[in-house]
Amino acid sequence: MKTTIFLIAAVSILAGAALADDHVGQYGGESRAKPLPTSKPNATWRQECGSCHIAYAPGLLPAESWRKVMAGLDKHFGSDASLTAQENRAITEFLVDNAATRWRTPGAPLRITETAWFKRQHDGHEIRPEVWKRASVKSPANCAACHPGADKGDFEEDRIRIPR
Amino acid sequence: MKKLLFSLALLATPPVLAAAGVSAELLAGYRAEAAKPFSAAQGEQLFRARHGDIGCTSCHTDNAKSAGKHAQTGKSIEPLAPAANPKRLSDPAKVEKWFKRNCNDVLKRACTAQEKGDFVTYLVSIK
Repeated sequence: MKTTIFLIAAVSILAGAALADDHVGQYGGESRAKPLPTSKPNATWRQECGSCHIAYAPGLLPAESWRKVMAGLDKHFGSDASLTAQENRAITEFLVDNAATRWRTPGAPLRITETAWFKRQHDGHEIRPEVWKRASVKSPANCAACHPGADKGDFEEDRIRIPR
Repeated sequence: MKKLLFSLALLATPPVLAAAGVSAELLAGYRAEAAKPFSAAQGEQLFRARHGDIGCTSCHTDNAKSAGKHAQTGKSIEPLAPAANPKRLSDPAKVEKWFKRNCNDVLKRACTAQEKGDFVTYLVSIK
């Protein structure tokens, strides 16, 4: 009897979770999409966004996040990264057009590392805390340390190489 | 008249600058707005000065001929001196873009034409 009740409870919880998942999508609605559409490379984006860090692929954040990032480039995480109005327009358009397609919540984080999908895929079970402290990794913003194809939007799991 | 001044400025640009790939247009523009002749020594002082805990050398190292490294992201930065990096200073729009950003970050204000001219003169003087 006890087992039956437990089973019923477990099944209901699972079903509920599945329904909820269906509604908001994966990662509480903060799910990304294919990071970079290879059909539409954008030279201005690659050149300008790639001068201080890798050019983060548009699919890693939702459109609203990119709009906010691009509207505040004069104070971009502590640095002035301002562009001409023309460059800014062209890059914003590219980012917004190719932003995450599975985002289901109104949240628009400014940092990729603050998104639910990022946190889940890089949590303590996936990556030991000491890995982040290695000189070869330096920061969670340094995607290319472990994802060699990051600048091409390649984050495939079997191509991950965690450096010593 | 503006055109004539510009041509004169071009003529006055020492040939060594042109040879290093430095845009004559760039220095001519700064010269038109600066009071004193440009000084490599002043430029070097700007390059080495610290402002709080940052300065040019935070990312560009204390040798303008060396490749630098972004202090926050670790991304490599090509050398500042045209002697080590012929592409450097060849695109005036790019130079202006980085002066705007970096002067804001380091000095918390825009650089003057005098400062920019001194700085470029210093970089070009490096053999």
